[in-house]
Amino acid sequence: MATAEAVEQPQVVRESTWSRISRFLARSPVHILLVVVGLIWLVPTIGLFLTSLLSAQDYLEGGWWQIFSEPSKFTFDNYSAIFDNEAITSSLVTTIWIAIGGTLLPIVVGALAGYAFAWLEFPGRDWLFVIVIALLVVPLQMALIPMFRLYETFGINDTVLALVLFHTGFGLPFAIFLLRNFFIGIPKDLLEAARIDGASEIRIFLRLILPLGLPAIASLAIFQFLWTWNDLLVALVFGRETQPITVAIYSQLAAFGTNIEIIAPATFISLVIPLAVFFAFQRYFVQGLLAGSVK
Amino acid sequence: MSGASVTAEPRAAGALPPTGKARNWRSYAVAAAFLAPTVFFLGIWVIYPTIWTIIRSFFSRTGDEFVWFDNYEQIFTSDVLLTAVKNNAIWVLVVPALVTSIGLVFAVLTERIGWSVAFKTAVFMPMAISAFAAGVTWRIMYQQDPEQGAINAAIGAAKDAVDPPGALTDAAPSTDALVGTPQGGLTLGEPVEPGSVVALGLTQIPPDEVPDDSAPAVLPEPLSGGITGVVWRDFKPGGGTPGEVESEELGLPGVTVELATADGEQVGSATTEADGTFAFENLEQGSYEVAIGPETFAQPFNGVSWLGERLITPSIIIAYLWIWAGFAMVVIAAGLAAIPRDVLEAARTDGASEWQVFRRVTAPLLAPVLTVVFITMLINVLKVFDIVIAVAPGSVQDDASVLALAMWRTAFGGTSNLGLGSALAVFIFVLVIPVLLLNVRRFRREV
Repeated sequence: MATAEAVEQPQVVRESTWSRISRFLARSPVHILLVVVGLIWLVPTIGLFLTSLLSAQDYLEGGWWQIFSEPSKFTFDNYSAIFDNEAITSSLVTTIWIAIGGTLLPIVVGALAGYAFAWLEFPGRDWLFVIVIALLVVPLQMALIPMFRLYETFGINDTVLALVLFHTGFGLPFAIFLLRNFFIGIPKDLLEAARIDGASEIRIFLRLILPLGLPAIASLAIFQFLWTWNDLLVALVFGRETQPITVAIYSQLAAFGTNIEIIAPATFISLVIPLAVFFAFQRYFVQGLLAGSVK
Repeated sequence: MSGASVTAEPRAAGALPPTGKARNWRSYAVAAAFLAPTVFFLGIWVIYPTIWTIIRSFFSRTGDEFVWFDNYEQIFTSDVLLTAVKNNAIWVLVVPALVTSIGLVFAVLTERIGWSVAFKTAVFMPMAISAFAAGVTWRIMYQQDPEQGAINAAIGAAKDAVDPPGALTDAAPSTDALVGTPQGGLTLGEPVEPGSVVALGLTQIPPDEVPDDSAPAVLPEPLSGGITGVVWRDFKPGGGTPGEVESEELGLPGVTVELATADGEQVGSATTEADGTFAFENLEQGSYEVAIGPETFAQPFNGVSWLGERLITPSIIIAYLWIWAGFAMVVIAAGLAAIPRDVLEAARTDGASEWQVFRRVTAPLLAPVLTVVFITMLINVLKVFDIVIAVAPGSVQDDASVLALAMWRTAFGGTSNLGLGSALAVFIFVLVIPVLLLNVRRFRREV
């Protein structure tokens, strides 16, 4: 396809952009359909962004599309108000800590186990791995009540630590699964050579497995980051007081309609960071997705 | 992912041949050290709670009484919980199949398109957003007032183009001369003949509905061989005299006036000017009936109640499809790309049509990928929570409820019924057990 277009190029050099576009659309109804569907897919996100740029007064008079006819209504006032809003800014900081901890800890623990399952010999290895696979689909609802009580006993409800540990426990089966499957594909010769040279297992793990496993670790990091950043349910149970951004927005929802000037920009901020991560590391994200689902 | 697709033989893996028991124990100790943190986390955060919750589900609300299956029975007898079960059944029956089909269609359509990356990025992007933020985004889209909700605004614009709203929504005749109702048409009681001038006065018009462009009402001159008249707001500050066109009273533009013969046959229709006047010209002798047509009072579009109790679940499902279609598309597209070109070419050379190639070659080769997408969605749908809580306003959350939402509300939402909450969690768990067994079997076959 790409080569066919390259061959056509010389003939269309002098054409106007508009006639190029219309010719492109005329080529097949499939193109038109995909353009329309693609635009429809973008509308909600664009709508949220434009809503966040309207003052509360202007929003009551009409939806976000009025910005197209009256661009003067465009204002960043909501955003400056949001960044002066102590509840929102502190929830953003909390979210960042949860996401960092909830990403790093499962990677470290999962990489150690992934290496053991891929390259160490010990009795019952396959059985233990079957348990990990079985735990992959255990719904986290199963742990909410007992962990809430256990956290209460230890007095760590409403702390970032409580959330990070919970995300680690439930992120671990996928982390081990993904990393073990990747590590097992590392050429055996490399490991044998290192072992014959007398390298310890921890040295092999640090110097050989981690660098070679970087693509899988990157995929996992993106997944864990998105999960922990985007989580609502776990934070609703264990983080009502030290609320991350999702819970902060949730507590605004009861008054939906009267506080759109808070909800819209806060929601947009909450999705802009995962979106940036997604666009920066899209390749690893897709790779992880394929490894996690197809395998 | 290249690494993951390499399925090395795990039994062949491992260290040097064991040279003795001591060496064995040493390597087991190393393995144990590598696995210790995992055992700690899975043991405390996953396995212990799972067992605890299963046991707790057989105890009463406070936990001091063993109640056998009473909590489970309550899932199917309490109205609110039964709604959650039914809604979740709808999700399971509808969503995985829809997501897989949409993903398949997108993947096939984009397969040979040069700019498919742009399309795929647009459709895949919502995957990065939290289901909660996506829900809030769609809640803004779903607002009922067409002035605020984009979806109703689009529907309203389409409807107004086909079926324009009337100039007014409501009014009453100012004198007894007009009879009838706004919805059925207001007819002048006395028939009129060409050359007459008729005054059709209206009152009780909502103040914000008098059009901005209306001018002071004028009683037109008689027209030979025609009927002229005025439709006006027969009211001014202080009241005025009903039935008389006075200064300060405004004409009503855009009103549809209908003319019919005495035996009811419609012969003309006119729209009033800014000053409320209208005219029918070149009429034959005879008597005519003049009426204000019902389309004058055609109601404007008030918006579909997407967030009302009847449509809430379909509305949430649409938002959910918006998130997950990209996932299905990307995974299926990867499956499509893995199908060897020469197999397809061979089928085409043998004279198979494109549809036959798809039906007989592509689809069977794609079946494992479609199954994976379907099952992944099945698990997701059983646990759906964030998007429901974000899209559904508090007043309809009972109508939109699903198992995970019911579980959270039961255990943490005031009533603190830990027995019933545990039973709901176990119920979700039991539903995913077939998938759990499938995963395990697939792994054991692999080894």
